[in-house]
Amino acid sequence: MNELKRLRVRDADRASAAAAALLAEEAERAGLLDVAFATAPSPFGDLLVATTRRGLVRLAYPNEPVDEVLTELSGSVSPRVLEAPGRLDEVRRELEEYFEGGRQRFDLRVDLSLTRGFTTRVLRAAARIPFGKVSTYREVAGRAGSPRGSRAAGNALGSNPIPIVVPCHRVLHTGGGLGGYTGGVERKRFLLSLEGAM
Amino acid sequence: MSLPPFSAFLEEHRVVVYRFLAATVGRDHADDCFQETFLSALRAYPKLRPGANLRAWVLTIATRKAIDHGRRRGRAAVPMAEVPERAVAEAPDGEPELWRAVQELPPMQRAAVVHRYVLDLPYADVALALGCSEEAARASAHEARKKLRATLREER
Repeated sequence: MNELKRLRVRDADRASAAAAALLAEEAERAGLLDVAFATAPSPFGDLLVATTRRGLVRLAYPNEPVDEVLTELSGSVSPRVLEAPGRLDEVRRELEEYFEGGRQRFDLRVDLSLTRGFTTRVLRAAARIPFGKVSTYREVAGRAGSPRGSRAAGNALGSNPIPIVVPCHRVLHTGGGLGGYTGGVERKRFLLSLEGAM
Repeated sequence: MSLPPFSAFLEEHRVVVYRFLAATVGRDHADDCFQETFLSALRAYPKLRPGANLRAWVLTIATRKAIDHGRRRGRAAVPMAEVPERAVAEAPDGEPELWRAVQELPPMQRAAVVHRYVLDLPYADVALALGCSEEAARASAHEARKKLRATLREER
């Protein structure tokens, strides 16, 4: 029955892509969308942003492979991961405003469920440093309940799953040195200049 | 090894699922059945064991949706006094006769023949998708082939 092969639709690729793009909305209506992701433009290139029902759970710089980021989310949060730009409109809008210099505070809920214990506390402390200000590893460690843990605080900040929005870039060495940064020190410098802190 | 994110699973299997549905339920209903298939898959997805045969699994769901669709349509068609000649314009790419003939097969036979001859699946996979033995899958495809030949002969 070779003639049956002619029943193959020729545009299955395009048609299925269009159908797949509609799935996120249906999934959300059915309460089955656990992790929604999208890309957000930035001066560094396209960022990957992902949200749960609780809030923004991940922001990845362009150098992080998308597959790896999604696999990590699938394993640590839920495998129900779908691209759903609509769910991230607000995130993308606020990031855009921030990079244009018109926004000094993110009004976004964040979900720190990718982090644990001390790391979570360090990131919460970093989240309270206001726009245009900086703090030190030692200070942040102290606020997280471990005054002598500045090295550990540095590691915790380096594993920040939501950079920019949780402003780990505002944490510097006690002597004023820039310190490290997940996305590379150049980006840290860029963000601090954007905020007028350098 | 853990499950791939659903987005990757969807990307990998969307074309084969769409091909299957377009050939079994017709182009006009393929989109709806596609949504139903992947929504069901999404619901059950977190409970799958890592390493499961995902392609066979999603084709099983698609087969069930196609068969349900066929039955719903079969039932709905009965009470209507005037059934408009079903628009066979939904034939994927021409071949309206062949298309109509496939559409008139009972749902299980239709699914069997599409899996085997449109998607080129081996009988072991056809059986998986249909949830029956390999022997029963062969029998369904055989029956379907016989009917298709007869129908196509009549029309020519």
